[in-house]
Amino acid sequence: MRWLFENARQPTLAVKLLNVNWMLVLLLATIAGVGFAMLYSAANGNWQPWAARQVLRFAVAVVVMLAVALVDIRFWLRSAYVFYAVTMVLLIAVEVRGAIGMGAQRWIDLGLIQLQPSEFMKIALILVLARYFNALPPEDIRRPVKLLVPALFVFVPAILVLKQPDLGTALMLVIGGAAMFFLAGVRLWKFALIIAAAGAVIPFAWTHLRDYQRNRIYTFLDPESDPLGAGYHSLQSKIAVGSGGVFGKGFLSGTQSHLSFLPERQTDFIFTILAEEFGLIGGLALLALYGLVFIYGYAIAFRSRSHFGRLLAFGITTNMFLYVFINMAMVIGLIPVVGVPLPLISYGGTAMLTVMFGFGLLMSVYVHRDIRIGRHGDTEQ
Amino acid sequence: MKRESNRSKLLSRRAMLLAGGKVGLLAALAGRLYYLQVVRGGRFAMLADENRINIRLLAPPRGHIVDRFGVPLAVNRPTYRAVLVAEQAGDIPSTLDAVATLVPLTEADRRRVARDLRNKHSFVPIAIREDMTWDEMTRVEVNTLDLPGVSIEQGLIRHYPFGEETSHIVGYVASVSEKELDSDDPLVELPDFRIGKSGVEKQYDLELRGTGGTSEVEVNAFGRIVRELAHEDGLAGQEIVLTIDMALQDFATRRCAAEGSSSAVVLDSWTGEVLALASSPGYDPDAFASGLTPAHWKDLIENPYNPLTNKAIAGTYAPGSTFKPMMAMAGLEAGVLTPETEFFCPGYFQLGNSIFHCWKKEGHGTLAVRRAIKESCDVFFYHTADLLGIDRMAQMANRFGLGVKLGIDIPGEKTGLIPTRAWKLATTGVSWQRGETISCGIGQSFVSVTPLQLATYAARLATARAVLPQIARSQGVMMPADTVATAVKSEFEVLGVQQKHLDLVRDGMYGVVNEPHGTAYGARITDAAMTMGGKTGTAQVHHISEAEREHGHLTGIRVPWQQRDHALFIAFAPVSAPRYVCAVVVEHGGTIGGEGGAVAAPIASDLLIEAQKRDPARRVPPVPFGGTTLAKG
Repeated sequence: MRWLFENARQPTLAVKLLNVNWMLVLLLATIAGVGFAMLYSAANGNWQPWAARQVLRFAVAVVVMLAVALVDIRFWLRSAYVFYAVTMVLLIAVEVRGAIGMGAQRWIDLGLIQLQPSEFMKIALILVLARYFNALPPEDIRRPVKLLVPALFVFVPAILVLKQPDLGTALMLVIGGAAMFFLAGVRLWKFALIIAAAGAVIPFAWTHLRDYQRNRIYTFLDPESDPLGAGYHSLQSKIAVGSGGVFGKGFLSGTQSHLSFLPERQTDFIFTILAEEFGLIGGLALLALYGLVFIYGYAIAFRSRSHFGRLLAFGITTNMFLYVFINMAMVIGLIPVVGVPLPLISYGGTAMLTVMFGFGLLMSVYVHRDIRIGRHGDTEQ
Repeated sequence: MKRESNRSKLLSRRAMLLAGGKVGLLAALAGRLYYLQVVRGGRFAMLADENRINIRLLAPPRGHIVDRFGVPLAVNRPTYRAVLVAEQAGDIPSTLDAVATLVPLTEADRRRVARDLRNKHSFVPIAIREDMTWDEMTRVEVNTLDLPGVSIEQGLIRHYPFGEETSHIVGYVASVSEKELDSDDPLVELPDFRIGKSGVEKQYDLELRGTGGTSEVEVNAFGRIVRELAHEDGLAGQEIVLTIDMALQDFATRRCAAEGSSSAVVLDSWTGEVLALASSPGYDPDAFASGLTPAHWKDLIENPYNPLTNKAIAGTYAPGSTFKPMMAMAGLEAGVLTPETEFFCPGYFQLGNSIFHCWKKEGHGTLAVRRAIKESCDVFFYHTADLLGIDRMAQMANRFGLGVKLGIDIPGEKTGLIPTRAWKLATTGVSWQRGETISCGIGQSFVSVTPLQLATYAARLATARAVLPQIARSQGVMMPADTVATAVKSEFEVLGVQQKHLDLVRDGMYGVVNEPHGTAYGARITDAAMTMGGKTGTAQVHHISEAEREHGHLTGIRVPWQQRDHALFIAFAPVSAPRYVCAVVVEHGGTIGGEGGAVAAPIASDLLIEAQKRDPARRVPPVPFGGTTLAKG
């Protein structure tokens, strides 16, 4: 098949479709399928109200993902700043007039769907940083002045999101951004400096945290001290996960999740249903599926011939990893409850769309892996 | 191109470093899962079950207490309370206002509702008004359509139809105290549970209580019941049938109440069954079941008539002259007296330098035992006591049930005291004085007994057997119907005294009531079939000094109440075949400050007439009413 595009600058649509990494699509569909089953179980064995809508969303999201994958990667490079700017405007709009839900302003109600710009920002940030570092000459990476602008790319939305307040997303933006800096080759001592500076700011920041955020940190340290109050989520999810044992209680037979002991069981805490009903085996199997996705992400990055493509692929993969790690770690009590969905499994439209958009970009890197890209999006030979 | 390739290598290196970190974090997740699900899996599985299954205890209905004919003395009255389920109510303040137009709501009620609303889940019923009357309940009930979320809950509360009249027998129930929580029975931990605190309620608490049922329910995180997994019905408490005849009890309490602080016991001496046991004043046992107010409690404990003390079993009194028939028996049995033995009564008895007076200043002249009992001569029994010595007196007194625990089946029975040489040496360290024997001979000095002991003593005089009193029929075992005793119960031990001596003493007691100069002649029963024999007693409360005696001491109502003598009387009837016995003690001579013959004997007389009129031997037992079947709520 190689002859088909050996000399072709612009492969045909059909060729691109053939080039899409269908194994990855299958993997993603498998994970989403696990999600449907969990939502079906969360509703006590009903397609309503969650599972059916989630299937529909996934179907739409797959189309979006393929569309993103087929669009020329240079288009994404060129439109990175626009994409970032639009998301930023939406984020500010949330600050100005946002629907109030769960005690935090996170959505713009567009009628059909409730848009969560902070979710999109996770992708927009990766995109804009990939473009910025792609354009930066290697010697400039040593100049702190050149790092000021990308630092602003990270911290401005992070602070806005923190004000919403959404600790989980802010955390993902900062860590995801830091990972991009790291990949771009920023010297390690600079990270150490930033971390030291942040450490100095912590006491000040502490006073600006909301009560519920502070309580979450307090009760994270000792959740059993207040089992019916602030430590409730943490303890109940641990009970649900722990009581699953090695083999689990069986599909639809989880007692904790079905008896409403688990709050938010269809969104952030959906992993507890899996862990309770399918036990350690089920939990590790899901981890393995995600692990395969990350390996694919890395493979795609290494196969890419462009710096932009690699930065983007590593960035997207790292971002997906952060979703998975932060969600699972909070559900099983390794870190405080911060509110990050489990990609492809948690119920929620924006998260699904964002994640699939991200995988679309990853696939676009794969489809256009052999295109060499210059510093400013121009094709190099 | 070299620059580009360096950049590419750097990126790859950094990406691999990052990947290493990710693998480490994923391993941490896997490790944590292993820890939670395998290492601590058992504990979390247990916690999950505790989360889910809730065992609720169901209180069984407490057994009823009925009299010998089935008249209910303690029952469970339905109690109604209005409850509010917040999640079903719309605007709670306006709902409360609407309820307040139907039944009065106090400010405290509203505060309690407000507090419960804050602290309880919105599906938990909150009590608005407790213990509503039937009228109040129906007023709320018919309006529930306009009162969203308001409903009526029915519970059970202990009720004593005869209130004060049976308070000292039946006792009362009240909330479980801290100390009683130690019990093995989980029922006591129920917030509304009531436990027997005195009387039959306490004595037969376990039988009355029944066995708790359980309801195993699955609950969700908010405690809302999802479904019932298992249900086990409890066992209703047993019904306790008492030996009491409520009609007689009613009569006895009203008769005693007229004399202030007093008590009376009527026994069927053939069976030991207590037909009536009155202690006046009583208290309102219903008030304990629903919770006493501090003011009510203060009234009860400060009342000089001690309404909380069951004087019939826990009041100890010097028996006074009622002691004399026993003294005569002791003397005759010991051989220090014969029916013909005579002593001269000059009105006093001298022992060394001490003078012991007879109640009759001018003396009784020469007299033998029969007239000594009939006219209650003190000097005759001073001689008898001196001849017997205290230990022989005590032995006979104990044989007649005086100064010993009788084991009646209600708590709080006192022993009283019949002194002996050994007792005095042990308690005071001083040896017994001969003069003390003399005072004890007429039931004064250290001697003290309870009214129940006096009645038992009379029963033993009547039957020559060691009768023991009991309040519940067959110790808590149900009897199908009222069985009528036709002879003295053979399980009572024979006293082992000579019948001729007993006949002589009973004849003397006949004289007390039925012959002129007898100390209770005024209280005689004129119906020949019901004639009673008895013995008066007047127990000195205040020691009369020589000075008072010389200047003529005050008597009757001219003395302060607390210093007046107690009036006592023991009796049996009918004289031809003694069966019913009675003991009456009127503290400080009652309202007229009179002596035994004047105050106590008329009560005993009335009680024995009433008891004989109601003689079950001559009476077909009525069809039981009020439920001799097991109480069901």
